Amino acid sequence: MAGNITSLSTATFAEEVNSSAKPVLVDFWAEWCGPCKMIAPILDEIANEHGEKVTIAKLNVDDDPSIALEHKVMSIPTLLLFQDGQVAKRIVGAKSKAALLADLAEFL
Amino acid sequence: MTTVEREVVVLGAGPAGLTAAIYCARADLRPLVFEGEPSSTSDQPGGQLMLTTDVENYPGFPEGVMGPNLMMDFRAQAVRFGAEMQTEKVTKVDLSSNPFKIWIGENGLTSDPDCLARALIVSTGAKSLMLGLPEEDQLIGRGLSTCATCDGFFFRGQEIAVVGGGDSAMEEATFLTKFASKVTIIHRRDQLRASKIMQERAFANERIEFLWNHVVTAIHGTESLEGVRVSHTKTGEEQDIPLGGLFIAIGHSPNTDIFAGQLKMKENGYLITEPDSSRTSVEGVFACGDVQDDVYRQAVTAAGSGCMAAIDAERWLESRSDLPEASASATLSSQ
Repeated sequence: MAGNITSLSTATFAEEVNSSAKPVLVDFWAEWCGPCKMIAPILDEIANEHGEKVTIAKLNVDDDPSIALEHKVMSIPTLLLFQDGQVAKRIVGAKSKAALLADLAEFL
Repeated sequence: MTTVEREVVVLGAGPAGLTAAIYCARADLRPLVFEGEPSSTSDQPGGQLMLTTDVENYPGFPEGVMGPNLMMDFRAQAVRFGAEMQTEKVTKVDLSSNPFKIWIGENGLTSDPDCLARALIVSTGAKSLMLGLPEEDQLIGRGLSTCATCDGFFFRGQEIAVVGGGDSAMEEATFLTKFASKVTIIHRRDQLRASKIMQERAFANERIEFLWNHVVTAIHGTESLEGVRVSHTKTGEEQDIPLGGLFIAIGHSPNTDIFAGQLKMKENGYLITEPDSSRTSVEGVFACGDVQDDVYRQAVTAAGSGCMAAIDAERWLESRSDLPEASASATLSSQ
């Protein structure tokens, strides 16, 4: 189901995100976050439908708080889209699939 | 887009809507549930419990239960009995004639209705109120939050504040002391509206301080929240307080905008139902949960009223058996 979504950690973040040829959308989430659970299936769908354009990855802020801190993530879910290692888009809060796709349109 | 027609349509999927869906589904009414769209406010599938952690007062869970998990289970139970869930937000209804007309998304502006319903159960709930300050849009998710359970984690060791004086403000403040070094509760009165047990917990907590008779008049910060300006409600005296985070818990307003002018409401926007029933001012429209409850507002009362709405809807449909039955699978052509 989540086969197209990579799980990142502090150890793998730099390599997976900074050296990716494609933009990488990172979902900052945690087990205790209800809205995160609501958008998880939507991100699965986006990964399946647009995987050739954008890589979808997730990072558990409980397990790896330092990356969240570094990028000033203060609310989850937050989605950061990285292009060439730089944050090109910041999406805060859960949204519908249509709204997420609209936010990501320029990268898809 | 084709129009689907159903015996029963449920708007909203919190404890009330999902309980109504369970009962309607078990009565073979094949309810269609428009559960809303994901968001980080309380106006979303699963309702306000999606923004909580431990729910300790829902019967049947002696050790407590995680709010989001409880709602996922409600949903799974409704689906098990044949309720159909659609993750869309209803944006317009026409209740002037039966079957009622329902539109989702932007379709209400241009096209034929997306759905027709013989009976309609309204359980759209209530959403968190915001302060209404211009800085809010910029700083939400950057130190300003309406969800302590989502965001508290990020304020470890910081000084933060909660605005409000009710149960949710006390609950959030108490929860936030797990992370923050100090939590100031900013309240516009000199006493709390919260229940006794929640007040006592807050008063006993060494990390919680109270700023009575103050309102927030401005939020400082551009990239992230840096503090607030507060004003004394009696003297008007202002002061700036540096803060790492600000949580808003000043209450809720019912999600009844789309029913304006169609269903009778109280002055505060909550739907009016007939005593001891879920019947609204329009025959065939039933309301349950927080959208019609500005008194109790509990998950268990919402679930109870959802059951009432389902039974009321079922009996009403039976009493109108002279009407041609809506075929659940049929799609109607445009009118």
